[in-house]
Amino acid sequence: MAFASIFVPNFSLQAVVRAEPALGERALALIEGNPPLCSVIAVNEKAARMGIEVGMTKTDAEQFVGAETRPRSPAQETTAHAALLDIGWSVSPRIEDTALDAIVLDLSGLASLFGAEKEIGAHLVERSAACGLAVNVAIAANIETALIAARGFAGITVIPPGEEAPSLSRLSVGALSPSIETTETLSRWGVTTCGDFAKLPILDLSERLGQEGVRLHALARGASVRSLTIAEPAHFFEEEMELDDAVEELEPLSFLLGRLLDQLCVRLTARSLGAAAIRVRFELRPSFENAVDIREAFPAQRRPGLYEKEIQLPVPARDSKMLLKLLRLRLQLNPPGAPIQKIALAAEAARPRATQGGLFLPSFPDPEKLELTIARIAHVVGEGNVGAPSLADTYRPGEFQMRRFLTPREASQADGGGHGAHQPSKPRTHSKVSTSFRVFRPAVPAKLDLHAGCPTRVAFQGLRGEVIAASGPWRTSGDWWREDPWQQDEWDLEIHFQEAPEPRDRFSFASSRSNSGIYRFYYDSLRRGWFVRGVYD
Amino acid sequence: MSSKTSALRLQVESALARRGGLAARVASPFQYRDRPVVETAPTGVPPIDLLTGGLPRGSLTEIYGPPCSGRTSLLVSALAMRTAAAEVCALVDARDAFDPHSAETAGVRLQQLLWVRCRNVDQALRATDLLIQGGGFGMIALDLGDTPARVVRYVPLQVWFRFRRAVEHTPTIFLVVEQESNAKTCASLVLSLHAQETRWAQTGGAESGGEIVLSHSPGCLLDGWESRAETIRSHPAEIRSQCSPAELSAAFWLSSKCSSEGGFKQR
Repeated sequence: MAFASIFVPNFSLQAVVRAEPALGERALALIEGNPPLCSVIAVNEKAARMGIEVGMTKTDAEQFVGAETRPRSPAQETTAHAALLDIGWSVSPRIEDTALDAIVLDLSGLASLFGAEKEIGAHLVERSAACGLAVNVAIAANIETALIAARGFAGITVIPPGEEAPSLSRLSVGALSPSIETTETLSRWGVTTCGDFAKLPILDLSERLGQEGVRLHALARGASVRSLTIAEPAHFFEEEMELDDAVEELEPLSFLLGRLLDQLCVRLTARSLGAAAIRVRFELRPSFENAVDIREAFPAQRRPGLYEKEIQLPVPARDSKMLLKLLRLRLQLNPPGAPIQKIALAAEAARPRATQGGLFLPSFPDPEKLELTIARIAHVVGEGNVGAPSLADTYRPGEFQMRRFLTPREASQADGGGHGAHQPSKPRTHSKVSTSFRVFRPAVPAKLDLHAGCPTRVAFQGLRGEVIAASGPWRTSGDWWREDPWQQDEWDLEIHFQEAPEPRDRFSFASSRSNSGIYRFYYDSLRRGWFVRGVYD
Repeated sequence: MSSKTSALRLQVESALARRGGLAARVASPFQYRDRPVVETAPTGVPPIDLLTGGLPRGSLTEIYGPPCSGRTSLLVSALAMRTAAAEVCALVDARDAFDPHSAETAGVRLQQLLWVRCRNVDQALRATDLLIQGGGFGMIALDLGDTPARVVRYVPLQVWFRFRRAVEHTPTIFLVVEQESNAKTCASLVLSLHAQETRWAQTGGAESGGEIVLSHSPGCLLDGWESRAETIRSHPAEIRSQCSPAELSAAFWLSSKCSSEGGFKQR
């Protein structure tokens, strides 16, 4: 049995650099505290060489030319820790969430998948780098040795069974994480390395340092054995970013969203999952930070604080470029309306669906491509104007709904794999073809002359004609229990048009028409007027 | 082929290749190439299918005519045939005139139809471009039937050419419905429709002495009307040139399936 420990050195700093990769190339100091007592809590190698030290004040650190300072970000640390867990779960189903900056994996049975222990270590380092983290990996026969070795040695360390004590002997006693008192005691004794500590007699140690001394002695010898506390796999994928300067324009916002989506998709890929939905949440900067609170005077007005949007995907996806394009199109349609101070992206994870088309079934549009096409069309014509029509369960004339368009394959999967509903059906073979109707939206007002209750002459949109044949009236009504009832007398009229003047509306349908046509008129009893519903064509 | 002919052919081809530029693009100009077989799909109107052989895939088809000529009925019939074959179709509606009720009555599977409701020609052309570039549709229909002809005339010819090139070598049928033909040579099939006789049940009205006599009686229903379609352009052209005018047109009957009792919904 072997265990691997992944440790992220300088975790707080790496969490910040993960959100802004460009900072990795520069000297960086992490600041924490309330002004004016902000102090440096972590520095990277470049900043240390420049002379910036932990404990320095923020003002002193900012004096160094070329050095960047950033505040510590608990939100970034949470997402970095979640990424670390995803890296672990991508390799082993049994991992322990030991600390914010360290996890332990059970490597049992993974040799056939990933190879020797050194190769597993290299694999973990590679996946961590893809998630934006530079890690140390240590592999040993017991958990505590692996943890200590990962904290103490840089890079990949493999400790063969039985070699724990010699391997750990070089490490400082601080790697065992003793209490402050024990550290002072060991310092007075001149015990500096784990090897020196392991040579001390355990009975005398227990008398002087108690149970802690015994525990640390076992750790130093690599003899501490315990079982793994297995963590439950999380299905929560969220990336956050707090901005120093609020962003208002779409272009820089797209750049930041792209970065967050890349990180999200890498984590999803590591877990072999896809995003079934993406939720974006913006914290907006208030419009007037120092303005008088006028909410009392105008209670209907609310200061914008939060912007939320959800994009449902037809199939789980993890293509960050496609997701970014979808997000951009939605944001262009509905912009936030205020500068953005904080961005949070969450993905609803789902297993990617493997589908296979039938040999004799026609091909369908690619779901991801189709979703992007529909989003682009919605950007042109408006969000509610593209989709699949669906008849409403009502007798109200012309009532329908626009539903989300799904290809037959997606629709059958959404129904639970039902067969038959979307299979080809036998084509019609009869010679008569059903008439179709063209609707005028909105209905066109008309003037009619009646004789004995039957229309004889009509006039609408600059056209005049005589009625040749009439069918009606056919009364329809309904929804009398609602606030918008309807009652109409419908007529199908064959009209012979006279020579008419130029239609008033240059976009009128009647600019090019034949001498006669069959139209549907109706008299709205509630609005007391005649209208043209449409034409048979 | 004789050796003299082969030598001459080789000489011409090598001269073209040496010349470069446009001439070099014509590779093997004398090589025999089979005419590509155009796959067609039925419209659901047997006389039209007999007349044209069906709607060609990977091509632009135009159907034009005045209102009440049967254009929409032919379009809906074609959509019904495609959706019945489990294909996904798209309808770009330039004036938001599509009626889902009559379409469902005609057999269109609405859940397989992507309906784009536009407000003007510009939106319709942009949406059509996006759909054709997206690909995967069995049929894309652009309905410009209610757009005035003088507005559609302003659409540049290269737009139609670009559409035609985009659907080439794809299985997508691109169908345009309008009031007059605009795509010119970009269309592989052009049909002109016009209405002929209208029939009403329980009517007997007729013109009398030059005056139009209104026909109406209780229970009078629209039975349907006859439309005539004429092939203006079709491929292959030589077949068309060999046909008599009578063979280039066909009549079909459009039946009003339901009564005029206020809607197409079955009660």
